[in-house]
Amino acid sequence: MTPVASDMWIRAGKRFLERCIELLLLIAALFSVAITCGIVAILIYESSGFFAHVSLTEFFTDTQWTPLFADAHYGIMSLVAGTLVTTCVALAVALPIGTIVAIYLSEFAPPLFRETVKPILELLTAVPTVVYGYFALLFVAPLLQRIIPGLPTFSMLSAGVVMGIMIIPYVSSLSEDAMRAVPKLLREGSYALGANRLQTSIGVVFPAALSGIGAAYILGISRAIGETMIVAIAAGMQPNLTLDPREPAATITAYIVQVSLGDLPHGSIGYQSIFAAGLVLFCMTLFFNVIGHVLRRRYREAY
Amino acid sequence: MISPKRLIQKVVTGLFGHMRHQSRQDQLFNVVGLACTLVGIVTLGALLIDLAVQGLGRIDWQFLTSFPSRHAARAGILSAIVGSMLIMLVTLFTAVPLGVAAAVYLEEYARKNWITTLIEINIANLAGVPSIIYGLMALGLLVYYAGLGQSILAGGLTLAFLILPIVIVATREALRAIPKDIRVGAFALGSTKWQVVRYHLLPYSMGGIATGVIIAMSRAIGETAPLILMGALTFIAFLPPSPVQSDPPFVNAEWLDSPFTVLPIQMFNWVSRPDPAFLRNAAATGLVLIAMTLSMNAVALVVRHRSRRRIHW
Repeated sequence: MTPVASDMWIRAGKRFLERCIELLLLIAALFSVAITCGIVAILIYESSGFFAHVSLTEFFTDTQWTPLFADAHYGIMSLVAGTLVTTCVALAVALPIGTIVAIYLSEFAPPLFRETVKPILELLTAVPTVVYGYFALLFVAPLLQRIIPGLPTFSMLSAGVVMGIMIIPYVSSLSEDAMRAVPKLLREGSYALGANRLQTSIGVVFPAALSGIGAAYILGISRAIGETMIVAIAAGMQPNLTLDPREPAATITAYIVQVSLGDLPHGSIGYQSIFAAGLVLFCMTLFFNVIGHVLRRRYREAY
Repeated sequence: MISPKRLIQKVVTGLFGHMRHQSRQDQLFNVVGLACTLVGIVTLGALLIDLAVQGLGRIDWQFLTSFPSRHAARAGILSAIVGSMLIMLVTLFTAVPLGVAAAVYLEEYARKNWITTLIEINIANLAGVPSIIYGLMALGLLVYYAGLGQSILAGGLTLAFLILPIVIVATREALRAIPKDIRVGAFALGSTKWQVVRYHLLPYSMGGIATGVIIAMSRAIGETAPLILMGALTFIAFLPPSPVQSDPPFVNAEWLDSPFTVLPIQMFNWVSRPDPAFLRNAAATGLVLIAMTLSMNAVALVVRHRSRRRIHW
């Protein structure tokens, strides 16, 4: 073989190797799609077994959820109510506090203070949720019982409050990033018109960063809906169709945990019911994730 | 050495000094904002102190080296610690190669087409899926369909899937921070794409990747729900077979098949008992767990700080 020809072969080999590597990397990237497909497939497959027994009307209109009792009822609404109430309590804590923290850190606090406090605040997300559950049940619940007499040990209120504090950094960090991305010119224009710092923050910076702040709120909501261990430990495990946060109630996630703690035969209706509950949960978070995605995109386009 | 009085003075003027020139509204909001910021920090402090008060006295050598027991005073977390470590091993060796490879593809190779868009949207969505849904998938697909059973392998894979989006996002950010000149320069010297990735991009982004991986692992180690769901046991009074052995081939894979428990599940189990002695055990376990996650976060901060300082583009 002439040197030129052998050189050509080496080059072809190299190119082939490069293609192989690219293919391997593509497969790794596609693996994440496979995970999503796996999730959707298994949820739909097992739920379809469930819905062969339970009609959709019963699923959405029955007021009781007792799949493991002899007199079985399958009304998902009592679990959805639990999820909504704990989520609302958490948001009532996290959204106002998170927003004020974001405005304070982005517009008011001295830089050194901000740079010190932000990492500490973000440590709140590093605490395992089972530890928060312990804290909600054994520290916050007794504390709340002193303020609200007659509050039971297990209540959606104590679980929701702790969940809310856990979510604060999710809301505040993203909102703060959005507010700091607002150009300085807008603030200076506002000052020039005689507005003070607070008026500028609320009247100019906040609206300008609104889609980013919206995305932060949505992230908080979807965290709260999917949160499991805090509610499983502190909110009680009994399905309870109520909107009163002072009562104990099971959420969708708590029900799934409760069932899997027991010994449930694979393929039974109880086993399938956790997948049906999971499907409802998945759809709820997907809905909020899609809105969040759209908002984030708009926020990126803004400046 | 600064005196405490001077220190307090400095902090107060630092926080409120600039307020002298502010309107009444602004002064008020400064106080409100500081109070709200403190809510989170005070809660974190209360949580740590509560755990320490309840659990610190319970942590001793006996607690760390005993198996769970019906008698609270004799119970320990040995099997939970070992279980957590082995699960983390599987998670690390699955999530890091997969995540880094996916990120390299998306950042360096991917063309703008529908496949790339699909993968991107998919990763953004996966990051928002609640962890318990991963548990359902693990139960249905890994435990039953793939027949892995309630094993360390299945548990480790579940958590690897869970943290995959975090690893991918962190790696992409690290790669994006490398200036284009580096790539162009390497290509100009005749490097192939893979050589650029292998000898330039990956080494330079190591700090960022390591930070992301450590944060992701600290999340995985505290994760409870998915493992409860796939059926991790709460009462394990034995250790899995050792991954290393004295005779060739020195490693064995039997431990991957072993049932397991992990620290958060052990804690959850003890929290749900009414006996205060077990609650103290739970607090002690929580303390061990939180010490692990917080120290991992601290390490991540240091790694990030150092890698930022070392590199000047």
